[in-house]
Amino acid sequence: MAKRVVVDPITRIEGHLRIEVEVENGRIKDAVSSAQMWRGLENIIIGRKADDAWMFAQRTCGVCTTVHAIASVRSVENALKLEIPYNAQMVRNLIIASHALQDHIVHFYHLSALDWVDIVSALKADPKKAAAIADSYQNWKLNGDSVFRAVQEKLKKFVASGQLGIFATGYWGHPAMILPPEVNLIAVTHYLQALDFQRKACQAIAILGGKNPHIQNLAVGGVSTAINPDNVATLNMERLEYIKTLLDDVRDFVQNCYLPDVIAIASFYKDWLAYGKTGEYYLAVPELPQDTKGETFDLPGGTVINNKVTPIKSFYDPYFINNVYENITHAWYDGDWTRHPWEEETVPKYTGLKPDGTVDENGKYSWSKAPRFKVNGEYVPMEVGPLSQVLAGYLQGHKLTRKWADYALNQLSSMAGTKVTIENLKSTPGRHLARAIRAAMMADLAMKQWEQLVDNIGRGDLEIFNPPSYPQGEIRGCGFHEAPRGVLSHWSVVHNGGIMKNYQEVVPSTWNAGPRDSKGQRGPYETALIGNPVVEPEKPLEVLRTVHSFDPCIACAVHMIDPEGKEIVKVKAL
Amino acid sequence: MDRNMFTGGFPGTISRRGFLRACAIATAAMGLPMEMVSKVAEAAEDPKRPRVVWLHFQECTGCSESLLRASHPDLAALILDLIDLQYHETLMAGAGPQAEEAFEKAIEEPNYILVVEGSIPTGDYEDFCMIGGHSAMHNLKRAAKNALAIINIGTCSAYGGIPAARPNPTKAVGTGDIIKDKPIVNVPGCPPNPYNFLSTVLYFLTFKKLPPTDIYGRPLFGYGRRIHDQCERRPHFDEGRYVEQFGDEGHRLGYCLYKMGCKAPETFSNCSIIRFNDVEVWPVSVGNGCYGCTEPNFWDTMTPFHERLPGISLPVNGGIIANATDIGKKALGITAAALAIHAGIGVAKSLAKGKKEEE
Repeated sequence: MAKRVVVDPITRIEGHLRIEVEVENGRIKDAVSSAQMWRGLENIIIGRKADDAWMFAQRTCGVCTTVHAIASVRSVENALKLEIPYNAQMVRNLIIASHALQDHIVHFYHLSALDWVDIVSALKADPKKAAAIADSYQNWKLNGDSVFRAVQEKLKKFVASGQLGIFATGYWGHPAMILPPEVNLIAVTHYLQALDFQRKACQAIAILGGKNPHIQNLAVGGVSTAINPDNVATLNMERLEYIKTLLDDVRDFVQNCYLPDVIAIASFYKDWLAYGKTGEYYLAVPELPQDTKGETFDLPGGTVINNKVTPIKSFYDPYFINNVYENITHAWYDGDWTRHPWEEETVPKYTGLKPDGTVDENGKYSWSKAPRFKVNGEYVPMEVGPLSQVLAGYLQGHKLTRKWADYALNQLSSMAGTKVTIENLKSTPGRHLARAIRAAMMADLAMKQWEQLVDNIGRGDLEIFNPPSYPQGEIRGCGFHEAPRGVLSHWSVVHNGGIMKNYQEVVPSTWNAGPRDSKGQRGPYETALIGNPVVEPEKPLEVLRTVHSFDPCIACAVHMIDPEGKEIVKVKAL
Repeated sequence: MDRNMFTGGFPGTISRRGFLRACAIATAAMGLPMEMVSKVAEAAEDPKRPRVVWLHFQECTGCSESLLRASHPDLAALILDLIDLQYHETLMAGAGPQAEEAFEKAIEEPNYILVVEGSIPTGDYEDFCMIGGHSAMHNLKRAAKNALAIINIGTCSAYGGIPAARPNPTKAVGTGDIIKDKPIVNVPGCPPNPYNFLSTVLYFLTFKKLPPTDIYGRPLFGYGRRIHDQCERRPHFDEGRYVEQFGDEGHRLGYCLYKMGCKAPETFSNCSIIRFNDVEVWPVSVGNGCYGCTEPNFWDTMTPFHERLPGISLPVNGGIIANATDIGKKALGITAAALAIHAGIGVAKSLAKGKKEEE
């Protein structure tokens, strides 16, 4: 008999998310994803000055901080057909790359690792053995038995205090946790070290953006980061060298610790390469523009449908701009339509849970709309995120993607003792691996952007801003950005000389976490969970693994019910 | 807002070890006398870490994220050595039923610090933020009941923040509009500087009371002075040297950003003093004006962000330079007079421009 399991809140994510799955014979048979919070930011932006929209839009998320700001200014610049100076593009690129590094590091170590790593088991590890294991798969300067011993001592003291805080509720000793104690100790040690390196990535952003989270150096038309190598109050050589030092350190960590750690942990969990696939529809947009118009990019994008790539080529590419839609059949908004973002309206209509305390997947059940991409006249769900971007780059023969993906796949094949291919990335651990591959690329690309910026300043170009000039009539723009969680697009309709008439955000977590659509097609989370094992329904660890692999940006919950809806089992901790 | 709610004393005492170094740094940040360090040492003898329950409502998690950026103490020290963080959705290991149980258990035993991140939707919109099937309002009221004190981290929980910006689609409010019988301190900012939050926690742990606050519930150590009065670009304001557009010569020379819409003259915070991310920056230092994010309702009162604040008097009669050169004239004669003319032209030009813009 199937049971419906409700998990709410889903923790270690941004925001409020609830997941309900039906479990039968130890496997997930069906899944429902429901976003649980609405603020109405789009409606707050309407009627305000287009110049200010990015400041508001950035508050869509403080985890994906910077990314909404970037997509927002791009949407207004796109409407104005406004180019930005080369320096502004490079400053933004440096922020984009640095933020991606910080975000990927935190996502793996602090928001996901505890799904795979058993802290309690680390107490039993032999630090010397741990050091030998770590050295066998990575060349990382902060390994060593004294390091591992010190962390273990700290952990022992912490546990002895009896005040376990946020670690009190972990799934320690869960039968699905299979890492040896030494690997657990390595991972916990790097959990703590990662805090330092993600901070350095933020510092690079802050030097350019004034602070972080929530940078304050953008403007429609460029950036407000003053550049002058001959002044103490501006971006000068001291500041630029500081950024380089920080990013060098972060690159070292990402390429020599983070990526090898993900490969090593995945090698123990190779069975999971069979779980978590969403299908054959992936979407990524190009990123790190290399010119002032947004026509050439360092990272390629496109759709990947049945392994066939259709590239997205510029900020103005109609293939993207004309084919994004959102459906609200199952979302808590008034009406039942599929519309292009410029034509959307946002009228909340909350209908709550069913009397039995579960969501109604036959009715409206989430604050997330269901984004769909129009392919041959059909509206289809697409998975977005690093996996999509790595697939799009790899299949287009993008050199840097091939370099790091091939390294990771070869290394994993050899450690797991089985051939792992690009196809295996379409899975729960594959998503983590794709994210680490993307981080390794971003670390190289961050340095490239830095060199280009410094070279350009060296040529005497200090331009950072082209002032916008708003026409009286109505203009429409789309700003897209390949954010750490995937394709982000902001859609602006501007009128009356610079006033926002409509504003819509189609965000990565909406693509992935969205509900069913008018045709009953599930969103990617919902699809990816089907077929996953659940060993102990009372401890839904496996549900977290797959949901976390997407790096959700909303709060979530999981619970279990009977497929006929007869029996609801409220899962309680043991 | 009721002023008294911010100034209540504390019924219990709490303390814990291991925060001596952090407190010494915090002492400086709070501008307190160094005698405080002995109080810290005293507090450090009690091994029990204070319990903290952290709730997320209508938020973007930017405030929690800001703590990831802190280094003294860093997040690891905070959660392993300084506090006993019993519930925090972004960081805690367990989810769903395990998280719900942790919440119930945490709020059962009284006298924890309640930290709130995010605003609370009210009225017809109460169910627009749900956690484990309960509304934000429901969870806040339950968690506040046994709390020793409430610390609002960020402008959303302090004053409603961005969800409460016009037209406030969910009738969002801060905790002070709902909870009236508990001491509350607000640490606003979007997000706040993490050191203002950490210093508030350390102040409380050390002195067993919340820090004194202004009428908006903000600790005086962090928000007691206007940014404009402690800005490194203030001399440029006084001397009439302004940035007229991003990227212009004035911008490249680090001039005052007032004409670019800087809101520092009406904003109270220590941004320019403690700065951000441990790399000696704040928005003004990189070339962007202050947006006033520590002020209640700043999303409505400080926008449009790039338009000048009304009613701010620009320096008259040549400002400080003119006064200084009046004195200087006596000593330097003709050179000083030339300086005065130069400064006078700058100010006259600024005033003329300002007038034109206002018309």
